[in-house]
Amino acid sequence: MRVIEVSQLTKYYGKSRGIVDLSFDVEEGEIFGFIGPNGAGKSTTIRLLLSLIHPTSGSAKLFGKEIASAGAGLRKDIGYLPSEVFYYEDMKVIDLLKYSASFFDGDCSARISELSDLMELELGRRIRDLSYGNKKKVGIVQGLLHSPKLLLLDEPTSGLDPLMQRKFFDLIRQENARGVTIFFSSHILGEVQRLCSRVGIIREGKLVEVSDIRSLQQNNYKKIRVNLRGENPITTDLQGVSNLQTENGLAQFFFRGDINTILRKLAAADVGDISIEEPSLEEIFMHYYE
Amino acid sequence: MSANILLHELRQNRKSILTWSTGLVVVIFIFFSLFTSFTKDAALMNDVLARFPEELRDAFGLGNLDLSSVEGYYAFSFVFCQLLMAIQAAGYGFGLLSADETELRADYLLSKPISRANVLTSKLTAALLSLLITDLVLAAATFSAIALFRGGMSYKPAAIGLVLLGGALFQLVFLSVGLLLSLLVRKIHSVTPYALGLAFGTYVLNAFSGVFQDVKLELLTPFKHFDPGYIVRYQALDRPFVLADLAIIVISIGLSYWLFYRRDIAAV
Repeated sequence: MRVIEVSQLTKYYGKSRGIVDLSFDVEEGEIFGFIGPNGAGKSTTIRLLLSLIHPTSGSAKLFGKEIASAGAGLRKDIGYLPSEVFYYEDMKVIDLLKYSASFFDGDCSARISELSDLMELELGRRIRDLSYGNKKKVGIVQGLLHSPKLLLLDEPTSGLDPLMQRKFFDLIRQENARGVTIFFSSHILGEVQRLCSRVGIIREGKLVEVSDIRSLQQNNYKKIRVNLRGENPITTDLQGVSNLQTENGLAQFFFRGDINTILRKLAAADVGDISIEEPSLEEIFMHYYE
Repeated sequence: MSANILLHELRQNRKSILTWSTGLVVVIFIFFSLFTSFTKDAALMNDVLARFPEELRDAFGLGNLDLSSVEGYYAFSFVFCQLLMAIQAAGYGFGLLSADETELRADYLLSKPISRANVLTSKLTAALLSLLITDLVLAAATFSAIALFRGGMSYKPAAIGLVLLGGALFQLVFLSVGLLLSLLVRKIHSVTPYALGLAFGTYVLNAFSGVFQDVKLELLTPFKHFDPGYIVRYQALDRPFVLADLAIIVISIGLSYWLFYRRDIAAV
């Protein structure tokens, strides 16, 4: 089943662009990464899915229902973590979490204590006294306490220290193992690479690519670094070569295509050392943004 | 309506209800503690006032008041209460939905499984109850101050009651118009200047309407529509004005629902 179906979704804020003609699907049980730099339209997309803002054109479905007509009940099964977390400053953490739980059916108190134990969140403190990272933890707990079927996470790790990030990722994986679909927006590619099965790349409001993380890494580019003692046979004229950098006999470049063409070229040269690697998502990503 | 939002909003309003109620009680008691010395020289006082230029008397709402009577004196002091009540009600109106947006909590509330109409109804009810509590405190303070300081003078409780009722309706105008205005602008950064602006603006308009008698600016301001001097003198509300205000209240609230339903909630 498709949990998210976005079709030709477009949002303009007056004249300024939010997103343009976005179409993609997210399957049930997927961890979908949504990558792009700040201002690319990641938050806009998520806030459209939550009906916090209304589309200029296009439509979206959640759990097979049109968001424009489905009504508020649709959000029962959604957990949302905004990129910037702000709450009622004078409330205690526990009171805020109880207030959050009051919007959902059932008793969430066991889940609240479980989650806040895990995230090491002190329930008795006032929101205003919390650091940015701790506020983020409040956001995580309040986004998860009603055991939603879909998690919309907007840059969830900013402000969390590395240890907490790891706990958070474990938590996300656990949720995913229970069948929860996760939509994870980020501009940090390393974390998307670690967590997500599929990824959409958004740039200036437009979706540049939707792809399996693996195929994105494997089928496209190799990162080749070669130490040459003699003349360098690699030039950018060669088909498939990009980002060539040479320095003191060290040549580094990306290659896309039949690897044999490169190997034959190099076989004729005097090679001191060679490494052929999968490029990191970061490097692939930079390619999209050239 | 959602009971959880209602209770939450009422809890958020606790401090403000306490502050404004205290302010009103203080105003009433300060004025009435001076009542005895006023009435002692009432004849003198009325004489002095009569010597003032008419425009000046009008500007201070003293035009048709008999300060030596309990009702007249109450009407005189009630104008100052109205100023506080207007600021409070306008503040609730402007802040009802905009405070969540300004402080970036709107995403938190509106991503919950609850419709926007429901959110607005719950918050509006909380604001109405907050105003009602304040008004009840004011009524209690009014009648106890009168009982304490009237010095045996007789008065008409019905007239006082009518002034208080007028005050409650007067607040609704500020609440609903503030709410509507808050939805007509993109973002309200701070509620206080808007609330003070609307309250003092309409107050000054009423005060000056006495000075420029040809220009009927006073027709625009609730301070004129609910002039306590008029209510005390005629023992009735100024009906055409009040009906117009009721229409304004209904239209403002209706439009607010529509605008809020269609609104793009501002993000960071």
